[in-house]
Amino acid sequence: MADEIVLLSYWPSMFGMRVRVALAEKGLKYEYREEDLRNKSPLLLMMNPVHKKIPVLIHNGKPISESMIIVEYIDEVWNHKSPLLPTDPYQRAQARFWADYVDKKLFDIGKKIIWSTKGEEETGKKEFIECLKLLEGELGDNPYFGGENFGFVDVSLVTFSCWFHTYESYGNFSIETECPKLVAWTKRCLEKESVSSSLADPHKIHDFASGMRKRLGIE
Amino acid sequence: MEEVKLIGTWPSPFSYRVIWALKLKGIPYEYIEEDLSNKSPMLLQYNPLHKKIPVLVHGGKPICESAVILQYIEDVWPQNPLLPNDPHERAVARFWVQFAENKVPCIWRLFRTTGGEEQEKAKKESMEMLRALEEHGLRDKKFFGGDKIGIADIAFGQVAHWLEMIEDLVGVKLIEAHTFPHLHAWTKNFKQVPIIKENLPDYGEMLMYFKRARDNFLASRGPGM
Repeated sequence: MADEIVLLSYWPSMFGMRVRVALAEKGLKYEYREEDLRNKSPLLLMMNPVHKKIPVLIHNGKPISESMIIVEYIDEVWNHKSPLLPTDPYQRAQARFWADYVDKKLFDIGKKIIWSTKGEEETGKKEFIECLKLLEGELGDNPYFGGENFGFVDVSLVTFSCWFHTYESYGNFSIETECPKLVAWTKRCLEKESVSSSLADPHKIHDFASGMRKRLGIE
Repeated sequence: MEEVKLIGTWPSPFSYRVIWALKLKGIPYEYIEEDLSNKSPMLLQYNPLHKKIPVLVHGGKPICESAVILQYIEDVWPQNPLLPNDPHERAVARFWVQFAENKVPCIWRLFRTTGGEEQEKAKKESMEMLRALEEHGLRDKKFFGGDKIGIADIAFGQVAHWLEMIEDLVGVKLIEAHTFPHLHAWTKNFKQVPIIKENLPDYGEMLMYFKRARDNFLASRGPGM
C-alpha cells in the first residue's frame, strides 16, 4: 500500500518549510494543503486540537505536530536515504540541543524586529545578531551544521534564511556583514534542490510582512 | 562503562527528570549538588551557554537541557525503554515532552503571584494546560506512556509533586478529582511507581525552600504588585 502523506502548512511559515525540506530530502511525494490561519480548516483543528497550529503532517491518517518532531519522525520512518540525525548518541544530543536553541530563541527575538509595537527593534536586533553569531561559531569551518552532510540543525535554521531580507529591512542591518560565514552557509544550502524548492521567495516574504504590519497598524 | 555524573539541585524538578531516567535504567552515577547562587567553574565550563542545571556528564562530555538529556539517556542505554517502538507513538511522546517544556512553566508564573488580575491570568493558563493534559494527553490511560511510565510521564513529574507545593503556597487548588479525574489519579499513580516514590524531594523541606524563595521574590518586587 502506498504511503499517504498530507502536509497542512502556511506558505510564509519557516516551521512549515522545515517539513517540506525534510520530505524533499527523502524524495517523498505528498499532498500540500495551504491553511488560512484566520479560518482554520476542520481538518487542522481535528489533527492538532491541542495547539491548532501548522505544520501538521498526516501520514496514513495519523497526525504529527511540531516541526522538528515531524522532521525527526520523517527521518526515522524513511531512513533509507539522507539521514538527518547522526547515529552517534552524543552528536544526536548536540544536534537536538542546537535545534532547540534555534526554536527557543530565533523566532521570538526576530518578532521584536518585525512586529514590535513597543520600540523593541533595537534590542531585538542586537539579540538576533548575537544568536546568529553564536550559531555561526557552532558551524565553525564545517560546510554544514551536520558536518560534511546537511542535517537536523541545518533543517531547523535554513528556513529562517528566506526571512533574512525582511529582518534586515526592518532592523536596518546586514546579516552578511555581521555573519558572513552563516550567509555563505545559507547559499550553500540553497544549492540543494530540497532547500531551494522548499523555501519561499524572500521578496514575497517581505511583501507578506509589509501587509501584516499595515494590518497591525505598525507600517 | 564510562563515568556518569549529574550536576543538579535538590529542589529542581528538572534535576529529578534525569535522576528518574537514570534510576529506571539502572545506570550508576555520581550526583553533584550545585549552588546556583554561586555557580561553580565546573557548571560554567560544561554549560557556558545557559549556565543551568541539570547537566549530565558522560565520559567527560556534557549534555545540557533536561529534554535533550532524557533522549540521550534513551539512545545510550536502551534497556527499560522510555519511548515506545512505533514511530508515530514516539512522535506523540516527544510532542508531550515539548508541551511540558513550553506550557508547564505557567505553574511557576502562578507561583510568583499574590492575587488580582495577574493571578487570575496565571491560574487560567494553568487550568488550560491541565485540561489539555487531561483530554488529549492522558485521556483514559493510566500513564502517558500507557501501562508503564515513559518519557512524557517523567517530563510531567512537576505536575505530580511540585504543583501540589505551589497550590499550597499560593492558596489555589487546580487539580481536583472531580475536575480532572484522570490527571488526579495519575498524580497518585505516578508517585507510587517505586523508582519515583524513592526519589522525590521531601515535601516539607521542599515547601520550606520554595516558601523562602517566594517570599524573597515578592519582597524584591516591592509593594503594590
